[in-house]
Parts: sequence; C-alpha cells; structure tokens
Amino acid sequence: MDLDQDWPRRMSAVQAGDSAAYRALLGDLLPVLRALVRRQIHDREAAEDIVQDCLVTIHQIRHTYDTARPFLPWVAAIAKRRAIDHLRRLGRRPVEVADDPEVIERYADPAGDHPEAPGDPQALQAAIAQLPSGQRAAIELLKLKELSLKEASAVTGLSVGALKIAVHRAVKSLKSTLSSREEGRK
Amino acid sequence: MMRTEDLIDSLASDSAPVRPLAPPMRRASLWISAAVTLVVIVFMVEGPRPDLAVKMSQTPYLLEWIASLATGWASAIAAFHLSLPDRSRKWLLLPAIPAIFWFSSIGYGCFSDWVRMGPEGLALGTSWGCFRTILYVSLPLTVLQLVMLRHASKLRPIETLATGSLAAAAFSAAGLSLYHHLDTALMVLVWHLGSVAVVVGAWTFSARRAFACVEPDSPISR
Repeated sequence: MDLDQDWPRRMSAVQAGDSAAYRALLGDLLPVLRALVRRQIHDREAAEDIVQDCLVTIHQIRHTYDTARPFLPWVAAIAKRRAIDHLRRLGRRPVEVADDPEVIERYADPAGDHPEAPGDPQALQAAIAQLPSGQRAAIELLKLKELSLKEASAVTGLSVGALKIAVHRAVKSLKSTLSSREEGRK
Repeated sequence: MMRTEDLIDSLASDSAPVRPLAPPMRRASLWISAAVTLVVIVFMVEGPRPDLAVKMSQTPYLLEWIASLATGWASAIAAFHLSLPDRSRKWLLLPAIPAIFWFSSIGYGCFSDWVRMGPEGLALGTSWGCFRTILYVSLPLTVLQLVMLRHASKLRPIETLATGSLAAAAFSAAGLSLYHHLDTALMVLVWHLGSVAVVVGAWTFSARRAFACVEPDSPISR
C-alpha cells in the first residue's frame, strides 16, 4: 500500500464523518506518532502523554488538513508542536517529582507523615476548583458523581465527545497541579 | 493516564463531519476585503485630508502609502499560512520586505523634512488621535482574525497573531494617511509606526490568552 497516497484519501473520509475510517486511521497513525514523539521525548510515559495530546489536537483541527497536500508533514508538525509545548512546561518545572529521591522516600514509607499526598481529598478538591469551568463540570459529573456520559451531556449541554476530551484534559491538569504542589513544598 | 487505545475509541465515536478549511489565500482575501471595507467606511466618515490630492501626486508619499498597504496585504497572507500546521515558518519573511520599505520610506521622509525645513522639520508634537484611530480600526480587524484563525491556538499562536495584528495595524495606518494630516514625517514615524508597534506588541504578548478567549480548548486553558 502506498501510504503517502492513502492517508489523504482516508482523511477525506474522516472529514466526511466516517467513524470506522477514523478509528482505523488513528490506529494506524499511532506507531507513526509514537516514533515521531519519542525522537524528541525519551521518557516513555511523557511521550505517551504527548501522543495522546497529538491525537486530541488532530481531532480538534482535522478540518485544517488539505487533502491535496501530503498528510504526514501535517501530522509531524502537530507532533513537533506538542513536544515543544511539553518541553516548555518542563522548563518551568524542571524537576519531575518521581525523579526526586526525597519525595520518593517520603511516599515510599506507608507510615510516613504526608498529609497532602496525591490521594489527599483536600488537595484534590483545591486542584479541581482551579480547573476551567468545562473541565471542572466534566470531572465532577463523570468522576465524582459518576453520571453516565449521556446524563452528563444532558446536564451540561456538551456533546459526548467534548465531555470525553474535557475529562482527559482535566485528569492531565490535576496530575500536573498535584505534582507542582508537591514540588513547591520541597 | 487513560489508555491511548481508549482515547482513540472516544475520538472516533465523536467523528462528526467537518467542513475542510478553504485555502489560506482565499481566506486571507476575505479578511483583506473586510479590512479594506472598514478603512473605506472610516475614510468616508472622516473625509479626506485637505492636501490629499497634492500628497498623492508626490512619489515618495505615494510609495510610502503603497508600502503600508503592501505590508498589510503580505502580513495577512502570512498569518493565514502560519496558522496551518504544515506551512513553513518562512512565511514570516513575506511581510518583512514591504515593512522594511515602509519604515525606510518614512525615515527618508524625516531626512527630507530636515534638509528642506531645517530643525523645524524634526518638530515633534503629540497626536493621540492617530493612536486612537489605529487602535480602534485595528481592534475589530484583529478580533476577526482571532476568530478566523482560532485553530492556530494549538499550533503557532504567537507568530500568527503577530503577523495578523501587523496586517490590521498596517491597513489602519494606510487609511489614516488618507484622512489625517501630520506636519512632519517624524510625527508620522512616531505616531503611525509607534501606534503600529504598540498594537502588534500588545497582541503578540497576549496571543495565547487572546486565543484562549475565542477557543476554550486552547492549551492555555488547560
């Protein structure tokens, strides 16, 4: 199969709303994205996080792809942008919590005194309160009140897809906020 | 972290049809039409400056005015290309050529005034009206670009809005030259180009937040 010629045709089907073509395309794109991202980000978990970010970005701006042009440079530019954003955020918070021996030691001791551990409800509530309103509503309805996507959609007026993206982003933000809090307490 | 395969399922289940964007040149042309229309409306409301016919018959003035229009035109085209992921950053260079010509021609005007009028040719007064006009005319044009280019929030927000706001400010300044009289080229340099610099600087500095206002899913709102 000539991939260079096949991707634009498949993206054309995606833009037309073909769900099966979309799932297949994203599945085939996954190893390509992983390879692109891991060229710049060596941490596997961080790289996977960026791959997910790339997939969400591709979803949100799939209308900007011109099917008369090659597809892979379009994808590569998105992957590069997301990797740069990740590195920029790292620049602001240069030390990862998991890499800090003091923090690892602290949380490794189950009897240790760590009132604001990532599982601490007060810290989590404060982090949820800082989320943008759409993400906060999504996390509260879907994760705290455990509504179904359809029920949450009826409450918020957001589409099921938008809710899924909002939850994905909210979880990432919470993880980042709780990590920053710990770093700030060092 | 959510499994990537689950995320793919989620995204695929939300595969509503989307309308592909029109080519950037066509979209830039639409925006330029809006910019020209707004400048013409303001010109009709304000009326031409008393010496417009005389000024337009002077080659340096005419070239300076054409250069300001060309800067607006080239910046708009650059912004619409830069907003797309797979277009080169070299589009940033497109407005550089007319912009350098525009700034140089105003600088040459200052020199000519000094040769012709002596120290009086470098007299500098205040003209907050210029600043206000460039600000007011460029504001709706830049907001229109923000809306038309909102997908750039996930790609190159700063470069896109820097060139976009330069386009808006350059068209505003070109319009201003038709209905507002300034005594010396130095005043044009300070008040026209100074206003353009303030507008472009402010939008560039706040590009991420500006896009976040029109695009709630932009990275800054995460």
